[in-house]
Amino acid sequence: MNGQLLGVEDLTVTFPARGGRTPVVDGISLTVAPGEVLALVGESGCGKSMTALAILRLIAKPGRIEPGSRIVFEGREVLGLKVTQMRALRGAGIAMIFQEPMASLNPVQTVGNQVIEALRLHERVGRAAARDRAAAIFERVGIPDPRGRLDAYPHQLSGGLKQRVMIAMMLVMRPRLLIADEPTTALDVTVQAQILALLRELQNELDMAVLLITHDFGVVNELADRVAVMYGGRIAEQGTRAEVLGAPRHPYTQGLLRSIPSLAHRGGDLEEIKGTVPSLGSWPAGCRFATRCPKVFEPCDGQVPQTVSLSETHHAACHDVARDQPE
Amino acid sequence: MNTTAPNAASPSAASKPLLKVEGLKTWFPVRSGVLQRVDRWIRAVDGVDLDIPQGQTLALVGESGCGKTTVGRSILRLEHARAGRVLYKDTDLLALSRAAMRPYRQAIQIVFQDPTSSLDPRMTVRDAIAEGLRSFNICASTAERTERVAELMTMVRLDPDHMWRYPHEFSGGQKQRICIARALAVEPKLLICDESVSALDVSIQAQILNLLGELQKKLGLTYLFITHDLGVVGHIADRVAVMYLGQIVETGDVSEIFETPKHPYTKALLGSVPRLDLDQRGSLASAPGDPPDPANPPPGCRFHTRCPEVFAPCAETPPALIEADGRLCRCHLYDSAINR
Amino acid sequence: MSWVGNAIVAVLLVAGVFIWMRARRNRLWREAMAALARRRRFALIILGLYVAVGMLDAVSWVGGGGVQGVAASEARSVIDRIFKPSVFREKSYSAPFASAEFVGGAALTFPGRHVLGTDILGDDVLYKTLKGIKVALLIGGLTCLVLIPLALLFGVSAGYFGGRIDDVVFFVMSTLASIPNLLLLIALIMALGKGTLQVCFALGITGWVGLSRLTRAETLKLRELEYVQAARALGVSHPTIVLRHILPNLSHLVIITFALLFTGLVLSETILAYLGIGLDGSWGRMIDQARNELSRDPVIWWTIAAASAALFILVLCVNLIADALRDILDPRTLRERA
Repeated sequence: MNGQLLGVEDLTVTFPARGGRTPVVDGISLTVAPGEVLALVGESGCGKSMTALAILRLIAKPGRIEPGSRIVFEGREVLGLKVTQMRALRGAGIAMIFQEPMASLNPVQTVGNQVIEALRLHERVGRAAARDRAAAIFERVGIPDPRGRLDAYPHQLSGGLKQRVMIAMMLVMRPRLLIADEPTTALDVTVQAQILALLRELQNELDMAVLLITHDFGVVNELADRVAVMYGGRIAEQGTRAEVLGAPRHPYTQGLLRSIPSLAHRGGDLEEIKGTVPSLGSWPAGCRFATRCPKVFEPCDGQVPQTVSLSETHHAACHDVARDQPE
Repeated sequence: MNTTAPNAASPSAASKPLLKVEGLKTWFPVRSGVLQRVDRWIRAVDGVDLDIPQGQTLALVGESGCGKTTVGRSILRLEHARAGRVLYKDTDLLALSRAAMRPYRQAIQIVFQDPTSSLDPRMTVRDAIAEGLRSFNICASTAERTERVAELMTMVRLDPDHMWRYPHEFSGGQKQRICIARALAVEPKLLICDESVSALDVSIQAQILNLLGELQKKLGLTYLFITHDLGVVGHIADRVAVMYLGQIVETGDVSEIFETPKHPYTKALLGSVPRLDLDQRGSLASAPGDPPDPANPPPGCRFHTRCPEVFAPCAETPPALIEADGRLCRCHLYDSAINR
Repeated sequence: MSWVGNAIVAVLLVAGVFIWMRARRNRLWREAMAALARRRRFALIILGLYVAVGMLDAVSWVGGGGVQGVAASEARSVIDRIFKPSVFREKSYSAPFASAEFVGGAALTFPGRHVLGTDILGDDVLYKTLKGIKVALLIGGLTCLVLIPLALLFGVSAGYFGGRIDDVVFFVMSTLASIPNLLLLIALIMALGKGTLQVCFALGITGWVGLSRLTRAETLKLRELEYVQAARALGVSHPTIVLRHILPNLSHLVIITFALLFTGLVLSETILAYLGIGLDGSWGRMIDQARNELSRDPVIWWTIAAASAALFILVLCVNLIADALRDILDPRTLRERA
């Protein structure tokens, strides 16, 4: 965890369920180096959004981060911070943008005011200077007629513009780590392309690290340096982009990549992952993917698979992979 | 880029169109003022022509606000079309009275995007699937209906023992299967899939797409597949029609259009889909700006404000749908009369 | 007119059993009822007692046992027969469990037997309080019988069909809402008379607007949901859609509003009693008549205390149940219970 911007170790988030508490995020560990983009990929219900919320300590009751979890940001223990310190960290150290910008913007305030408010919360600037800064940031994120748009209300803006406003609000504080939770899922594909390009530019310019949460492997391919695939609250596979997308070893990653209809492959049947994701609380013991895995064999049902290192950067938690690895 | 002779417009002349849409226009009024006068019209569908050949899948692609969902709903008369014809086997559905339309409803069915709001939370799955059976008196008794529901559930790979459960006890993918079973209960010839897999996870999406493909072969169905996901289009469609702001801008065979798109919007659309190829990164094309307001479309060609290949006539004259190399394209670049 | 009360009780019992059997077959309702029984056992028991007393007071017949002060043709209910009000009385006020009259201190006919004392006419206060239960249930129940179908008719047709029908209903609703409720109520009662039926009718006519607005808004939302669209695509007719899809999904709203309306109506009757147009034998009347007693010295508190307590307990129980119902019947919790 040294030299890393963000280090997460054994993070477990539980929610109450029938007969005790059930983990939504189950002992995951990951790191993000300064200036790098780590994509956290998975389908709905795998716990990726919860992970992001946990890092910012935004898990609402009755959810709970279990003791034994460790989150270290720039060398400080995030879970041990006081409320005021945490508030200072959010926004300035770690910022977050969400999938639905409409839900994150105040509908009764102009977008300009919201950006200015965010600016003045973290810096001492006069109103006029803040307005200039806001217009400059709007221009930087590609909003046409930036000064005019400062006085627009969120409902007057399109989805793409709203997301740019969210990015502007985040930019104002120059965070070292940006957590982007499905930032382009709600956008049209042409707008998505624009936003992805914008994010990549900003990320390079500010040398900002990004924890990108998504279910879209195409977006992963566009932005990510490293990838972590989640299933059932656990990390199934982790590695560089080339390793995970080019040579996936975990059966879930393999199945997922093969079931994506892409422009390249036409006709025939798509490969399926049989079965459905078990609902919360009815996760199988042992490997979570056991009920749907084409390579399931004896130990999968009872034993939780250990993480196997396939290279210095590439890890997978799978009994089948472990069996194939020469000791 | 010459126009070819105007015959054999549809490449597979062997397949007669099951459904033909001609000049469909669906406009929504925007009222304002104390007297609620109609101020402007939102031209959601503004002159759309479609040809859906029997036994094939036509994909209708476009981004949000282009009107593709409204096309599907107008065909079924769930929205009121202002003009145009919808010819199902030579009968204009839009000209029929509501009562005369009813039997045709058995022939064309729809599966919606959100599986959760597509099912009445207070109805058992069995009652939901049997709704069409009751409506058209397909089965003679309750027992017969139950049996037919069991058959349908097996066909969509669901356990018939679960028919007495309620929708909230199923996952998204399973609910979508229930919706498909409900639509198939009345034995339609044409199934309109309105973003039917967009709300599902990728792995579940694959299951449903495979199921739809299987059902098409088995039951000889024809699909109108409305979607924004080009990957899905590439996978299951035979022909594709690209929509922008209420109009069709390009239509033709899927493989041809994907390999050599002609219309600049189609190029932008195809170019902006992130690929899975490790080498293709950072090369996303796009169209600058946002889609304009459907209540106030730009003059001339509707795409000209965002078009990278815009030239003189684009801002003045709206282009017509012209034949170019075996497909239809709405762009001045391919109109030899304008583009010399 | 004893047969009216008997008939109503019979109908209610039959309807109650019928609804119970239908609801039991539907798993969603079964689970809802079980959840309610779990969460509000106490309130349900108390409400059950109230309903039982109300029913006992509604069932009446003529004859049986020569009790002095009772005409031969007078119908008496079960409560009447238990308490024998013509006999079990004093001359005037007496405190609860007292053995002497409040004023003067003369000995009582039934010393220590009046649990809640007696009022100015010497009637047993407990008896009067129990008689008030039937009146309260009538006000709430009968009025809702008028009000709810009216509100549903207007609200659902406005929401579902829209257009002109919506405009007309909206116009009617706005007009009614802009007339001060109380004035309209008084005017109607003056015109129709002060009988129970008339008062309930008047309350129903003036009170449907709120529920109507709710059902209209909810229907507007439901109409756009895809399962309604799917039903249309399947050729289901409009009336069938309303019966099969819209009304069942409004049921949670209706039940909760019924519970809240009920208490609101009982409380409004109290106000009407204040203005002299309350129903005979209601708690409102008791409270109104007890107004002056509070300014006496020493204070005569038991009549007003008894009526208020009975009212308070009923309103509290119904509200607690309505609150629990709101959680249980919310369509969103369906998913969480899965």
